Amino acid sequence: MSAALIKLDNVSVKFAGERVLQEVQLQVHAGEIVTLIGPNGAGKTTLVRCVLGLLKPDTGSVWSQAKLRIGYMPQKLQVDATLPLSVLRFLRLVPGVNRHSASSALAEVGAERLIDSPLQSISGGELQRVLLARALLRNPQLLVLDEPVQGVDVAGQAELYRLITTLRDRHGCGVLMVSHDLHLVMSATDQVICLNRHVCCSGHPEQVSGDPAFVELFGMDARSLAIYQHHHDHSHDLHGAVTGSNGHVHGVNCKHA
Amino acid sequence: MPDFLMNALLAGLALAVVAGPLGSFVVWRRMAYFGDTLSHAALLGLALGLLLEVNPTLAVTFGCLLLAVLLVSLQNRLTLASDTLLGILAPTTLALGLVLLSFMSEVRIDLMGYLFGDLLAVSRNDLLWIIGGSLLVLLALVALWRPLLAITVHEELARVEGLPVNALRMALMLLIAIVIAVAMKIVGVLLITSLLIIPAAAAQRHARTPEQMAVAASLIGLLAVCGGLALSWFQDTPAGPSIVVCAAGGFALSLALPRKSA
Repeated sequence: MSAALIKLDNVSVKFAGERVLQEVQLQVHAGEIVTLIGPNGAGKTTLVRCVLGLLKPDTGSVWSQAKLRIGYMPQKLQVDATLPLSVLRFLRLVPGVNRHSASSALAEVGAERLIDSPLQSISGGELQRVLLARALLRNPQLLVLDEPVQGVDVAGQAELYRLITTLRDRHGCGVLMVSHDLHLVMSATDQVICLNRHVCCSGHPEQVSGDPAFVELFGMDARSLAIYQHHHDHSHDLHGAVTGSNGHVHGVNCKHA
Repeated sequence: MPDFLMNALLAGLALAVVAGPLGSFVVWRRMAYFGDTLSHAALLGLALGLLLEVNPTLAVTFGCLLLAVLLVSLQNRLTLASDTLLGILAPTTLALGLVLLSFMSEVRIDLMGYLFGDLLAVSRNDLLWIIGGSLLVLLALVALWRPLLAITVHEELARVEGLPVNALRMALMLLIAIVIAVAMKIVGVLLITSLLIIPAAAAQRHARTPEQMAVAASLIGLLAVCGGLALSWFQDTPAGPSIVVCAAGGFALSLALPRKSA
């Protein structure tokens, strides 16, 4: 395997005396997609901030390859409504970008037609693509994506994950991303790190989804994920009422009649 | 045109040019209340300057900077919201300035002039300070334009991309402090922020790019200065407040004009 782009060793972080991250190990190699999953408050964003150098861990070390170029896609972007900024102008905040390079980066993420739109007028899913284009304009060796599919509908999410895989293949960069939706991310990742303040388990997706620590953390979700199928033993009429002759069987945890 | 009117006009125009782009940042970064607090601290800086017998413009700049540093360090230490903190610091510094001035019975100053500006009393020497200060701030803004815009859009993204975010924020505060020190003579501490905010807000509705907004804000400011001085000259109204009233009129007009369709 190629050399590591970034290596975190025994990283611990405390906020106001409370341990948020505990002895976390993490490596990302070129051409590899690593996904951090975990419940809310598991420290995913904190770990990403350590990787980006925005936060210094209390103990442990963060090593990165010399002059590593990181393309970062933040969780959200809120530009004040009073700032008149087109997508092109937003991308040109990266030094050395002209209309041509901005438009080819947008083409890569399938958002070319947005180039002259005001930044505040585009939808959540379009904004995610524009942010991805901005990260690409840095010609990154490592892409860091904090919940890249936030606010995108399910069909769009699958498409975005496919896009991220394509970009990895084309640019050969390493990818570190955060997610808390389990279903779609699995097919698009080489390594999953399941985080709940410490690393519960990590490895290939199939390996992790069968891990007892993972099942414990995500409960029922984990099982449906391992199979990733959606069974209906019934169908619905136009009003959403259950129809069908076989009768609808409830699961063991189901409380309603 | 009499000399004093010429001085007043040039001083006002110099301030209006620099207030456009700087005021745009104040609007984009939601620093209006912060600017207000800084200008209240200006009076404290002035009082200290008189006490220690240093140049008033330098003393006011220094006073504003001191407050900015105090504010940032308190923000990091206390759990109070920024606006609460500003609401404590603004009146406190203003009051402290007034109290200090009252102790210096041997110094006779025109308090109303400092609170509401005394544009028609701008001397040749004042004028040089005002033009020099405005020019300095304008050049710094042009040089730092893109990085300042980048941290306004997203600070962490800018930091990851290698920009010195804290230094840039500090630089912006310094520029605001200088403009407040310079503008104090023109519109007074109580009206300074209006000259930063109103032209930028008026330009905002019709601008397509950040640069358009900055330039348009400067133009609106220039018109407000000319209009305010004319009002003051012909109707014998106080100059500083007249300028602010004209700027507000420009803002009202910008609301009435139909917006260009995007």
